Amino acid sequence: MRRFLPFALVACVGVGALVSGTLLYRAKMPVVPTLTKEQSILAMNGAESAHIRGERDAAVTVEEFGDFQCPPCADLSDVVNQLVKDYRGRVRIIFREFPLTTHAHAHQAALAAEAAGLQDRFWQMHDLIYREQSTWSHEADVRSFFESFAGTLGLDLERYKKDRDSDQVQARVTDDEKRAVKLGVTNTPTIFVNGIEVPRDSLRPDRLRAYVDQVVKSTPAH
Amino acid sequence: MYTLAELIALAGLADAIYLTVQALTGETLTCGGSPDCFRVLGSAYARVAGVPVAGLGAAAYFGVFGLAVFAACGYRRAVQLFPWAVTGMFLATLWLLFVQAFVLHAFCRYCLFSAAATFLLAGLAVALPRPSPPGL
Repeated sequence: MRRFLPFALVACVGVGALVSGTLLYRAKMPVVPTLTKEQSILAMNGAESAHIRGERDAAVTVEEFGDFQCPPCADLSDVVNQLVKDYRGRVRIIFREFPLTTHAHAHQAALAAEAAGLQDRFWQMHDLIYREQSTWSHEADVRSFFESFAGTLGLDLERYKKDRDSDQVQARVTDDEKRAVKLGVTNTPTIFVNGIEVPRDSLRPDRLRAYVDQVVKSTPAH
Repeated sequence: MYTLAELIALAGLADAIYLTVQALTGETLTCGGSPDCFRVLGSAYARVAGVPVAGLGAAAYFGVFGLAVFAACGYRRAVQLFPWAVTGMFLATLWLLFVQAFVLHAFCRYCLFSAAATFLLAGLAVALPRPSPPGL
């Protein structure tokens, strides 16, 4: 019996390591459904591509114009993500870039997210940038800091750097800014729910939730 | 002594598993607002051919744990291999510390914890009696 003890002990630790690693992996993987670039184009009826989280045929569309360096936007991002989880299939989120010139690093953050998007990691970068807003906001060399985010997300770094400085990524940000101007957006966060702008006093985590709850209840599912 | 090595290897294994999962999911809450942590874990040195270095570390700690268990039970081959395995980990740790100190100019607390575990294992490997040559 004693002969098998080391084998049993090593096997137990090996299995324990695999199980705990798998459980941790599952617990940390994002569960919010996101659309691929192709699905997003389909969801927007081919008119334009956009970053969409949730089901493409959801009855309620929450369109957010955000600035990654704006603290209220970061505060709202968790609530917005939670909406997609709680109303799976009924609510979809569209994120639009609207980096304000008053925020020194907002434009770079937008470029970083868009460059990550070209490797299908827009939402992971979006969440990371918002979550760590206080960490990078005061960094002197924010470009290299976002590169470390890209590395953390497992992106192809060389491609990321090339994309970040490309006209394609700049055009993505500019397109969103044009749409913002067209809709009369001047500040962030600005959110539209099914095309109607959410009043400013509802743009607080608790109130936004209540506002969307009301819209979902009054909108028949597709 | 080998029991102590087992415990240290288990601590290193837990740390390495945590970092591996972090690398695979892109989850970074554990950095706790430390920019250095991102600089290290997001650098090109954090992966070897696409494989997270932490994953290799987890495999190494598991290997050393296994060797320590078998060595404690008197398996001669394990007694002989244990110091070599620890030496390999020690050299890899020196390289990673060099990269953090002189290339990235940033330290990751989880990597330092792992380095401490490896140094302790190296200390134990030195303190353990040398295995006698076969046939004696």
